[in-house]
Amino acid sequence: MNYNWNWPVLITDPYFGWIVSGLGWTIAVASASWVIAFFLGSLIGIMRTTENRILLGIGTVYVEIFRNVPLLVQMFLWYFVFPELLPESAGNWVKRGIPLPEFWTAVVCLGTYTASRVAEQVRAGITSVSIGQRYAAKAMGLKPFQVYRYVLLPVGYRLIIPPMTSEFLGIFKNSSLALTIGVLELTAQTRQIEEYTFQGFEAFTTATVLYILVTFIVMTIMQIVEKRVAIPGMVSLRAK
Amino acid sequence: MIEMEKVSKWYGEFRVLDDCTTRVDKGEVVVVCGPSGSGKSTLIKCVNGLEPFQQGTVTVNGVSVGDSDTDLPKLRSHIGMVFQNFELFPHINIIQNIQLAQEKVLSRSADESHKRGMELLERVGLKDQADKFPAQLSGGQQQRVAIARGLAMDPIAMLFDEPTSALDPEMINEVLDVMVELAQEGMTMMVVTHEMGFARKVADRVIFMDEGRIEEDCTTEEFFGTKRGERAEVFLSKII
Repeated sequence: MNYNWNWPVLITDPYFGWIVSGLGWTIAVASASWVIAFFLGSLIGIMRTTENRILLGIGTVYVEIFRNVPLLVQMFLWYFVFPELLPESAGNWVKRGIPLPEFWTAVVCLGTYTASRVAEQVRAGITSVSIGQRYAAKAMGLKPFQVYRYVLLPVGYRLIIPPMTSEFLGIFKNSSLALTIGVLELTAQTRQIEEYTFQGFEAFTTATVLYILVTFIVMTIMQIVEKRVAIPGMVSLRAK
Repeated sequence: MIEMEKVSKWYGEFRVLDDCTTRVDKGEVVVVCGPSGSGKSTLIKCVNGLEPFQQGTVTVNGVSVGDSDTDLPKLRSHIGMVFQNFELFPHINIIQNIQLAQEKVLSRSADESHKRGMELLERVGLKDQADKFPAQLSGGQQQRVAIARGLAMDPIAMLFDEPTSALDPEMINEVLDVMVELAQEGMTMMVVTHEMGFARKVADRVIFMDEGRIEEDCTTEEFFGTKRGERAEVFLSKII
């Protein structure tokens, strides 16, 4: 292979700036999406464990729709189709009125998609807390909201820290799809560098290393969280 | 205090409770026994509405449990309940387990609930374990904490659902001793148990259940005397 390696090109202007800005957008898209995914997903997951049939139904429909449509298709639906379904003025506002329409569209898309996956984790966490715990909490007079707030959720969330870590990592990796609707995140910037400099190996190697670095940091943080909230004496929750 | 009138319950086609009628008066200790699957646990869970039932009425202190207008959390807060598997909340320590419902349901201050909790822990002989977590205690200790947790609500009656069935033999007595003391102080108690020694010692009445029906409902003397029916006879001959 006759390839002209040129690593220094990556730290020259403007390419270094592109990488930094790309990484910034990746982190921004992933973090903002995670906020939606976590709160919406928790809500949907909790709804799927209640005894109320309407809430249960809404939760199930949500999960099945958002989990079963390919993420890329969802990205296009949100970006190209969704604004057209709105009344004209609202559609125009979504397309051009809000600042950074591509960014927010990507955030909403990734957030609502990941929420369906988070919902399943939360549901699994809550249902793996034994029915007896629910009985005990109810028997002492706690209201349904309090049963969740003080008993089911604190234990359920602890149980699902490892799979939730995977979801959080997934959101970073999936954020690369935002490039398809024009968000200049890390993958998009890398491709741009390749097009400008023809140094694709260097550019994509750098992107790979940066993705691994970010996900490694996330994993480390989640492991610290897991240790912090471990329940003393409980082997199943990996406490010491 | 507790009246059950022709209570029936089905799981699909299967009838778990069949026209159960009985009562527990103030200060009375009633032991419910019977073979596994006879509906004892289901019956006791109908008293505080943890299990819904399709027919009949259950009234506690004049309040109908099955009535959809009844404030179940409020009703439950007056009735303590102890479960087979203790059901202490694993993520909070012993004293917090006892304080939780006092604060969230009875709106007691932290100081007040702590004081009451420590009194009760002292009573069940576990004052020095207050800061430990449930998983760090033995089964017998956990069950004594669970009793203290129930008593902390100043209940008008206590329900025990096989409180010693999950315990190692050497721990059964430490729990029974607490229960005997409670009975002798005049607490109204409904106890599902196979501990016939306990029944003989403190029960005013014994209910024997089989296949969802109350087969015997008589005084303790009668039950351990000669008046019992054939099924109860067979059951007793197996466990004594």
